[in-house]
Parts: sequence; C-alpha cells; structure tokens
Amino acid sequence: MRYIPNTPDDREAMLREIGVSHFNELIESIPESLRLKSPLKLPNGKSEGEVKTHMIELARKNRNATSSSSFVGAGSYDHFIPSAVNALASRSEFATAYTPYQPEVAQGTLQVIYEFQSMICELFGMEAANASMYDAGTALAEAVMLTFRSTKRSTIIIPDNIHPSYRRVTKTLTRCLDLNIIGVPCTDGKLDVASVEKELSDQTAALVLQYPNFYGIVENIEPFIQLAHSNKSLAIIVADPLAMGVLEAPGSFDADIVVGEGQGLGNPQSYGGPYLGLFAAKQKFARMMPGRIVGVTKDVDGRRGFVLTLQTREQHIRRDKATSNICTNEGLCATRATFFMSLIGPSGLRDIGNACMRRTAYLRDELARIKGFSCPQDGPHFKEFLLRIPGNAESFFEFMAERGILSGVPLSQLGLNDPHGLLVAVTENRTQTELDAYISLAKTFSKEYAHAVPASA
Amino acid sequence: MPSPHPLKQLQSETQLIFELSRPGRTGFQATATPASLPHVKLPSTLTRKTAPRLPEVAENTAVRHYTNLSVRNHHIDRDFYPLGSCTMKYNPKVNDELAAHPGFAAISPKQSEASSQGAMELMYELSSALIEITGMDHITLQPAAGAQGEQTALLMFRAYHEKCFGKPRKAVIIPDSAHGTNPASIVNAGYEVIQLPSADDGMVDVGALKNVLNEDIAALMITNPNTLGLFEKKILEINDLVHQAGGLVYMDGANLNALLGIARPGDMGFDACHMNLHKTFSTPHGGGGPGSGPVAVKKKLEPFLPTPVLVVLNNKFHWEWNRPDSIGNVHSFYGNFGIHVRALAYILSMGSEGMRGIAENSIINANYLRVMLADCYQIQQNVPCMHEVIISGSRQKARGIRTHDIAKRLLDYGVHPPTVYFPLIVPECMMIEPTESESRETLDDFVDIMKTIDKEVDEHPDELLSAPHLTPVRRLDEASAARTLDIRYYK
Amino acid sequence: MKIPTDLLYTKDHEWVRFNDGIATVGITDFAQGELGDVVFVQMPEIGSATSQGDAFGSIEAVKAVADLYAPVSGEVVEVNSTLEEKPETINSEPYQSGWIIKIKASNWEADKANLLDVAAYTDLTSA
Repeated sequence: MRYIPNTPDDREAMLREIGVSHFNELIESIPESLRLKSPLKLPNGKSEGEVKTHMIELARKNRNATSSSSFVGAGSYDHFIPSAVNALASRSEFATAYTPYQPEVAQGTLQVIYEFQSMICELFGMEAANASMYDAGTALAEAVMLTFRSTKRSTIIIPDNIHPSYRRVTKTLTRCLDLNIIGVPCTDGKLDVASVEKELSDQTAALVLQYPNFYGIVENIEPFIQLAHSNKSLAIIVADPLAMGVLEAPGSFDADIVVGEGQGLGNPQSYGGPYLGLFAAKQKFARMMPGRIVGVTKDVDGRRGFVLTLQTREQHIRRDKATSNICTNEGLCATRATFFMSLIGPSGLRDIGNACMRRTAYLRDELARIKGFSCPQDGPHFKEFLLRIPGNAESFFEFMAERGILSGVPLSQLGLNDPHGLLVAVTENRTQTELDAYISLAKTFSKEYAHAVPASA
Repeated sequence: MPSPHPLKQLQSETQLIFELSRPGRTGFQATATPASLPHVKLPSTLTRKTAPRLPEVAENTAVRHYTNLSVRNHHIDRDFYPLGSCTMKYNPKVNDELAAHPGFAAISPKQSEASSQGAMELMYELSSALIEITGMDHITLQPAAGAQGEQTALLMFRAYHEKCFGKPRKAVIIPDSAHGTNPASIVNAGYEVIQLPSADDGMVDVGALKNVLNEDIAALMITNPNTLGLFEKKILEINDLVHQAGGLVYMDGANLNALLGIARPGDMGFDACHMNLHKTFSTPHGGGGPGSGPVAVKKKLEPFLPTPVLVVLNNKFHWEWNRPDSIGNVHSFYGNFGIHVRALAYILSMGSEGMRGIAENSIINANYLRVMLADCYQIQQNVPCMHEVIISGSRQKARGIRTHDIAKRLLDYGVHPPTVYFPLIVPECMMIEPTESESRETLDDFVDIMKTIDKEVDEHPDELLSAPHLTPVRRLDEASAARTLDIRYYK
Repeated sequence: MKIPTDLLYTKDHEWVRFNDGIATVGITDFAQGELGDVVFVQMPEIGSATSQGDAFGSIEAVKAVADLYAPVSGEVVEVNSTLEEKPETINSEPYQSGWIIKIKASNWEADKANLLDVAAYTDLTSA
C-alpha cells in the first residue's frame, strides 16, 4: 500500500495509545450483521507498472485526435493547448488544493479565479462572472433558473437550434420546478423573428439563443434580444468563447446572461469531461448568480487580497434558500482557461477565430462542390457546418474513420431525425493536408458508395 | 521598496496579470492559415469592434506570474490538510499522468461508439468496482459533483413515486447536522425540507423520525458516518421505518472513506448513494473542482437512471438512450471522464485489501487524534469515532479565544485548519479528518501544534487574535469585499 | 447593548417607532451584534404591502443571512436608500440612520398588541 505510510507496527502502537487492543473495537458502533465478512470482490492491488499497462491498453482501444484527424465537434472541440498550460496546471499548488475557504493560504487560487472572472467578462462584454459551473448544459440550466426566479415568470423559450444536450440537461434539472420550456422551429438552421414573436407571452421569463448556433451559423442575435426585452423578458446567450476574438460580444447586444462551454480554452476533450461551464451576467444579477465568486479586498496590513464573496447566496449558508445547490466549481479547468487566455491574448484569440472560420469556409465550399454532397444552410459559419451526405451519414463516418479521419457527428447520433446530416467541426488545429485528405476521400465516397443510397431517401 | 528577505517577498503585494500587460506582447503564435484558403468577412454588426482586453504578455511572463501565485496556496503535497468531510488524501501522480494520455485526453464524447470502446470499457470497469464497494445494483457516473449526485438521486426518487404510485411525494427529511448541499438539492428537486433535530448523542432521533414519517415523505437523506464522524448505530431500524412509510433512503457518501471494505450502504438498506471520487477515490480537488459524484442505486430505481446508460450489447459497449422512464441527462455528455480515469487507476492500485486498509488507517488516525487532543480540547462525543473526530474550542472560548482564531493561528504553523463551525450543532466546532495518507509523525506534529496553541491562549492571546502573521496575506476584510463587490479588473 | 425605551419590538429583533400613522422599522442593537458586519440589505419596493409577521426582506452579513419580518401590516412608503451604499450604518446606528423601511400602518392598534415593550424585549435578549 504505497500511499499509506503507517506500517502494521505503527498501527499497533497507535491502537495502544488509543487504548484498544484490536482495530475492531473502534468499529463496534457498526452492527455486527453489517460488517463485511469477506473482502470486497475486487482484484488485488496492482503495482504502478501494472496499473499503467492496463490503463494504456484501454487508452489504445480509442481513436484519438492525435492519431486521427478529428472533425468531431458538437460541443467539444480539438483546439490547440499550449504546453505552458499543461505545465502550470500540473503544479500541485493548483491541482491539490481544496476550495479556498482559508483565504490567507489560498491567494494563488483566489487571484487566478479573479483573473478568470475578469477575462470572461471581457470575452462576453459582461459585468459579472462567476468562478465557473460544471459545463455549458448545467450553466444554461442555472441561467434559466435565475431568470425564472428574478422575473417570477414561468416560460422559457429554447429554440431548436440550441445544442440538444444543453436543452436536455436544462429540462432534466428544471423538471421539478413550476417551469415550462417551449421550443421554436428553425428554417435551415436559423431562427426568424416572427416565429419567436409568436411564442412570447406575459409569462416568458427568458429567450435562449446560441451564438454561433448549434449548426455553426452566426446569426444576428440583436433583434431577438430586443424582441425579448420589449416583452420584459430576459435574453440568455449560449456563446462560444473561442469565437469572441472575431464576433461582437453578446454584451454589446444587451444580453442579460451569457453562458458557454469553456472546454476549448485550454482543456482537453477527455471524452466529455471535466469541462467548464461559463456564466456571466449583468451586474444587477450578481447577487442572484449561482456558484462561487471572488472579490478584491485588503488585509489588516493594507495589502490587496482576494476572498470568496457573496457567500450568503451559497448552500453552505443559505441552505434551502440558496441560489443553487452547486458546491464545487470546475476550479482546475477554470485555472487552465485562465492560463490559456493569458497566453493567447487578444491577438491570439482573433487569430484562432479567423483560422477556424477560414478553414471551415474552405472545407465547406469544397465539399459542397462534390457530387451528391451539399451544405444546405447558408449564412456566416464559425467553426462548424452541416453537411448532407449522399447516403447514410453513419456509413460515411465509418468509411472515413477506417481511413484515419473522424469526419464529424451524424445528426442521428444527436437524437435528431436526419440520417443524411453530418455536423462537421474545423478548428485551427486542422492542416491544409488534413482538409484536402477529407475532400479527396469524400470524392471517393461520392463515386464508389453514393449510388447505394440516394440522397433523397 | 525592494526587500531582500524571502518571507517579505512572499508577503509583498502581487500584481494582476493585467497589470503586467504591455501592448503588442503575446505568449502565442497561431499557425499560419495557408494563403489559398478563403478570407471570411462577417457582416459588420457581427464583427467584434473592441478586442477583449485579455492580457498581452510573453509566455515566460505568464509562467512566472502563475508560478509565483501558485506558491501562495496551501495544498496537500505541501503539508497536512485535515479538512473534515473533504477527505484531503494524497493524489497519486500516476493517475494524472494516465488521464493526460492522448488515448483518454484527446478523445471526443461525440466520436462514434466504435472508436471509443476503451473509454466505455474504463467506465464500465469503474462502475462495476463502485457497485461492489457500495453494495448497490446499478450506477450512473454522470453527475459532475456530489451536489449534482444528490439532485440526480432525488429526481429519480420523484420519478419512482410518480411512476409506481401515481404521484410524487412532498418532502424530504434531513438531520440538522446535514451538509448545506442537502437542503439546497432537495429544494431543486421540488421537495420541501423537513429538518430533524439530532438526539443528544448526535445520532438520528428515532422517536422524532417516527413522528414526522407519513405518506407525504419521499425520502430521508443522511450522511453515514454522520457529520460528527459517528456511525448511525440504528441505521437498519431507521431505514426500515422509512421504507415502511413508503419512503426511500439516500446516503450522502461524503464520508464513504470510513466504510471501504468494512460495510456497504447497499447492505444497510439505502436505496441510493452518491460518492465523491474527489474525496474517497483520491482525485485532485483542483482548488474547487472538478469533482465527480456518481450515484449508485438499488434495482427498483434502475429505470429512472439518467440517459444514456452504459450497457453491453453483442460484446460491445453501447450507450442506451431509449429509456422512457429516465429522468434525462444531468450533464452535457457522460460526466467527468478525466476524473473517472484517475479513480479507476486508484482502485486498481489499492485493490481489495487496500480498500479496507484505507478505511482502517483513516479510522485509526482519527481516533489517535481524538485521544491525543483530549487533554487540551473538548471532545464532543468521546467515544470511538470513524474517520473524523469533532472537537470543540469551547474551553478556549471561555478563555477568550474562539475557534476562528485557533484556525488562523494554525496557518502560521504551516497546517491547514480543520473544517470549522460545522456541523452547526456543535459550538466552536472543529471537524478533523486526517485521512489514511498521514503518518503517525505528522499526526504527532499536529498534536504538538494544537497543544502549543492551547498554551498560547493564556500566554500570548494577542498572537492568536491577530493571527495569521506568516502567511502571504493576513486577515482579510471580507465585509468590505461583499459591500464593494469588486469582482472584475476592468470596470 | 442599547434598548431604547420609546420603541416597540418583535421577537425577531425588529424595532418599531410609530408616528402619525407611519411605522419606522429597523433591527435592534442586539440583532446587529449577533449578525456582525452587515454587507447587504434586501429591501422591498415602495408601494408593496406588508403583513405583520411576514418577511419583507433580508439582511446579509459576511457568513450569515436573516429574514426581516414586518412588525406591522400596511404599505411600504419609504426605504432607507443610505443602506444601498452604506449597509454598515445598521451596525453603527441601528436605531437612527440605520432604519430600514417606513410602513403606513393599516391596522396599528391590533398589531401593536402583538409587539413587545422594552421590558419584554430585554427579557428576550437576556434569556
């Protein structure tokens, strides 16, 4: 037991000090019938070498973005992670600290979170950000609950071009509240003002918009926000932080709350978690925000210092009246995001955004030219687009995967009823060689396999 | 003014990264986009007019800045961290190395099942181990933290009563020693909270429980061992009573470390329990997350598990979505997989006998502190405890020093204070959880420090009242922080 | 600890000063001492109704929060806007400039019967 220092001799000596002759005397409060009579049915402890062998064997059964070209997105993206992010985040000082409840010995964590909050406010053009939520889906659910409490209205409009997972999570986490979620259909992946207007009522607490939307289209969210405000409803924007170097900030359009997925800010894809829910709002909602918030103050000697603040919102004080039941944030993921944003700076964020858009435009244009393929949704795209496949999108995925390209996410895998749709993501990590390989294989697919299932089927 | 003293340096005011920023500097160079690729022009309304004011610093400036911030943290690799209920055990390094392996770190949750079989197998292996450890029948790894695990289970309870009895019940009972997340999760799940006063011995008051049980009660939610570090002796009777009234019982697994290989929630009659992989199973706390809070359940709750459910179909791992009674997703994907990798590596390292070793050593360490501290400090229940011991600063308070001051003084000795003022039912409470990671010598050092502080109560009370003195900053004005609410750099 | 003799009190530690149909309400010196540094007061909107014994707002310290209960029924006619900028006024001057709201009482005589006089409140706080 390499992680437990005390030896059997140490234990014997300690039991003597405690005044018992056998360990079992310490657990007499556990009824005899409940004490396990035989060891747990688990393997015997393994050496570090054996553990590594076993785990790496499992790792090798997965295709990954370093051994295949990944165009898989839908909420998780292969963005570049500078080595300095990994190096700093692996420091025990950040990784093995607890929540900063004793601020005098947690200034490292606290100052990083303050810097994080400041940077998130800058990205989204907002006034107040928290220390993070679990992921974008849970951040959206919390935003919805905030608007429900603050407006005292009960309907939330979540259009159909919002990520289906975020919609599902929001529905689950609010299912016991007296709250009604309604959808709005989209045309070619886009929302029109008239269809949203039809759904607004004096019970509409909030309208949710995604920017860029689930299909990667950059819609003009401003008229929708104005529409919501004219109805005294709030506007919640689900925004991509990586797009904020090129896209106008949601705050400039008077968004009330902005949430988003912060994974792309220096966090690995890790099969879906741990991720980083971003949450920012107008100042007037600060006292109603969920999660932890760090503020500036001074110590008794007049030095600047950082503390958790507005703690009375939180569950450990307000208990059943708390703004949320959240206890941890995703501290280390937010820490990584802070390092990432410090390194890339405003120019890096802009360059990454442009790199995504140009690569996306190239691949989208070229694929649309291939016989049988089409990109049915127009409008500006950021780093993702919908591709219609001549044939079954899942078959296309398999065809490409066998040739080293993870080509996108079939819409059927996302619970959407469209066997031909494939959502293709292109980050700045994709090289022209990879893009051209994709195009060339798609051409082969078009020639050899397209006849099997007509595109209209 | 520059100062040559290293401690002075640590105690000098830090700059913010924004204050180090200089126009035109950067720590990043984007890979050039080939010139042949099209340029994209966004409509002007959608084009960013003012760049976000992120810092402009070179890579080495950022690295130095954050390295210097890092050393202002206490952390488990530095010294003792006996925060009760938080299980600050050692976080093995191999776990982090494995989680960073590209075969785990660089896989997308939305790539096909065929290309993710290793990840799914890992989750299946972890699930099976946790089911065995808890004595339950099924599990979901989806909840991202303990609090989310609580909410997930309560949503399942609600769905169970709706499905099996036509309507949900109204309220959930918690003891007054419960963690704050419990009542908050209960409200989020649409229930009322009924708080039950503990009996004098800190246990659930069975008589009082009987009085509140009726057909409106959906569940009892308790922590076992409870937040006083004591095993609920009458747990079988308690769980029977709740079941007889048609309710369900939930175990908050915050204190599971004490039970590994010794007793199992499933055998005690619990219908569901969460576990905190970041406590019991050694994954790093990360300065406040990411955690992971899987929920294990009995068979009758299986239909309500969050989607998707991991199953084996034709010898392949498969995510099953078509589950009409499921409560739905609670996470955007499958939960905090990177944490699952670390927890499985830990379980494999420790093995069956190691699990019991964790519990035994953590219980011995806590009892050792109980006995060694009893001379100087009030021990609330001076009977054998499980993995944590509750002491009270009431004797010191009578001499003018509060637990808050003792906690701050501990910082000067390089030790992180215990959890203080919780549970709420113990005056001047200190909740000490040494974990199995600490050696006898570390515990002896801690006892010496605690005894020294007790002496200081009489000899140098001012040192305590003004502590800490040797930390990067000293006592901070939390009231002014809450009043002025400076929460971002650029105003 | 100060307990002025010319005021009436609630068991929840609010005080009331009644003048010309208007009840001025605050929290007692004892209450501010128990809470510690007040950092925020959540106040009702002017024009909203209060009902004796019901919460009309809340008061927050750094690590504690307490509901504020209306000592009388009626309509809120004024809130103390000083508290938005300087909530700590409640700590320094709980009975004067730290007042919280003014209520136009609708049922004073009946409500008054349920309030504590200085002797009863002194008993309560020394219990």
